[in-house]
Amino acid sequence: MSTVNTDTLPLLEVQNVSKYFGSVIALKDISMKLFAGQVMCLLGDNGAGKSTLIKILSGVHRPSEGQYLIEGKEVHFSSPRDALNAGIATVYQDLAMIPLMGISRNFFLGSEPTKGWGPFRRFDKKFADRVTREELARIGIQIRETSQPVGTLSGGERQSVAIARAVYFGAKVLILDEPTAALGVKEAGIVLRYIAQARARGLGVIFITHNPHHAYPIGDHFTLLNRGRSMGTFARSEISREELTSMMAGGEELEELGHELAEFARTDEKARAALAAAAQQFEAEAQQMHVEQLPAAFEEAQQRLDQPGSTDGKGTI
Amino acid sequence: MSVTQGSAGNIAPGERMLRVNPLRRLLVRPETGSVVGSIAVWIFFAIVAGSSGFVSVRGTSSYLSVASEITIQAVPVALLMIAGEFDLSVGSTVGATGMIIAILTTQSGWNLWAAILVALIFAVLVGLLNGYLVLRTGLPSFIVTLGTAYILLGATTGITYIVLNGLTQVGGVDQAPGYKLAHAIFATTLSGNQFPIEIVWALLLVALATWLLVGTPFGNWIFGVGGDPNAARNVGVPVWRVKMLLFVATAVCSCLLAIIQVVTFTGADVLRGQNNEFIAIVAAVVGGVLLTGGYGSAIGAMFGALIFGMVEQGIVFAGVDADWYKAVVGVILLLAVLLNSYVRKLAMEVRR
Repeated sequence: MSTVNTDTLPLLEVQNVSKYFGSVIALKDISMKLFAGQVMCLLGDNGAGKSTLIKILSGVHRPSEGQYLIEGKEVHFSSPRDALNAGIATVYQDLAMIPLMGISRNFFLGSEPTKGWGPFRRFDKKFADRVTREELARIGIQIRETSQPVGTLSGGERQSVAIARAVYFGAKVLILDEPTAALGVKEAGIVLRYIAQARARGLGVIFITHNPHHAYPIGDHFTLLNRGRSMGTFARSEISREELTSMMAGGEELEELGHELAEFARTDEKARAALAAAAQQFEAEAQQMHVEQLPAAFEEAQQRLDQPGSTDGKGTI
Repeated sequence: MSVTQGSAGNIAPGERMLRVNPLRRLLVRPETGSVVGSIAVWIFFAIVAGSSGFVSVRGTSSYLSVASEITIQAVPVALLMIAGEFDLSVGSTVGATGMIIAILTTQSGWNLWAAILVALIFAVLVGLLNGYLVLRTGLPSFIVTLGTAYILLGATTGITYIVLNGLTQVGGVDQAPGYKLAHAIFATTLSGNQFPIEIVWALLLVALATWLLVGTPFGNWIFGVGGDPNAARNVGVPVWRVKMLLFVATAVCSCLLAIIQVVTFTGADVLRGQNNEFIAIVAAVVGGVLLTGGYGSAIGAMFGALIFGMVEQGIVFAGVDADWYKAVVGVILLLAVLLNSYVRKLAMEVRR
């Protein structure tokens, strides 16, 4: 795979970027570089700050601190449209396509080709259909009719069409938000293959995922996020799939969780034993009692169970 | 599966595909149901009421006239619904703008055209207000425009009551300067005094809306905004602008209907236009517009309105008590909704 060439300028770079929402620290001191022809995988569990980082990169949020540079120049995007114009295209997992609309209309939504003049300027359907067909054929998707609703495509194909659209409209950087999350194995393969194609065309790709098995085969670099902080960026040669998986899941935390779960099981057992003992005690006492005394005695037994301090130590909690 | 994974470029597009059955392709068009329905309703009344004049020129003119007035409101409402919003204030806007024209001409002695201009500006403001309230608050347009509808109706009635000293209707617009020209444009009859010119207005509107919807980028945005506003926004569609313009369009078309009615009847009534909002929505739905947005056509809305017109007049020609009209409309609406949900399912499956 490609190595970082320090002579060339990174396509996209963030330096010590932080984002605060009120008193909440969503991101702290994130630095990252993306070069052309590379796939940067952004990994992290839910709540790690992946979404916040993408939203900064795609112009939805502005960073509270730090710098955002495109090809070495600092930028301040105020809307997703600005980012798009700078060649940063973001493909969201389930917000990419409109199911009831035809494929070619979806492909050109927001950037419709027109022909004609003045009030007779109209949507150039022929051009849209031809380009859509060509671009989809290029990624290996054959469609019968360009007017067929996008909803008839599979999830992987839909993602691929969205990516093809971003590439066609001149994206230099592709940000893919969990493109494989809701997909089956085969479907995810289609998308991964297309990511590789985009890289081969010289695009920089930021691939967000929480699945290291999707990230490892395709990524050149891996940035791991945890609780709003970067756990570091690793080149593929520096890290194995197992290390990646373990870091991803937070290896130490997982071990701790194991201990905690075992502890729950133990206390659970203790509680059950205590309950059985209390019941036994009540039964034994009840046999020597009059019927009228029973409800009061039952209450007493329950109290004994509820207040571990006041018990007589006969196997209760 | 409609899509095959193949090596790119080796296969000419479409070569490996079966031809789509043209009948099925026709079936998944949004307006197909209403076209078939229109023919069925016409045949039904031609048999039941043919001898009493339904198929005569007079009968045809009467239902086309009703259908045209519904079309003028149903077409912009259909576009707005495709964009994912409702407007329940279209009926009250007819009453309000009609009364503005009537009062300015009869009470203040204005030129009719000046009064029409004021009414149009007022309609634009109503549309902007509706759009702003809906988009700014993010509340369902169903509720917001119901609110503006009541405000408009109440204020129109109240103000009219004061200005006209206790009356809620007024006549005599034909005395206003400029009436002759306005009559020629909005209220004249064509082809030997048989067909009112509002039919032409309705057809022009349908043509314009259809061109907008399928022929321009703006139409693409309408579908996109209604299909998924977030996805549309992500690719750079100006969601606010699209919805705002459509709210203005519905209000302006309501004003157009008010102009036609005021000039035709030479007067106005604050209650004119009441219930039009529901009739317009029903016509749009019968015409294949999805209540959830993102799908439909202006031509469908026109045929939905045509069904309405034929049923309303057909019942009269058939000699049945006109009270049955609403019952029939209810049945047609339910059938249309059932058909629509089936067609949508078919649309998503047809090419699998």
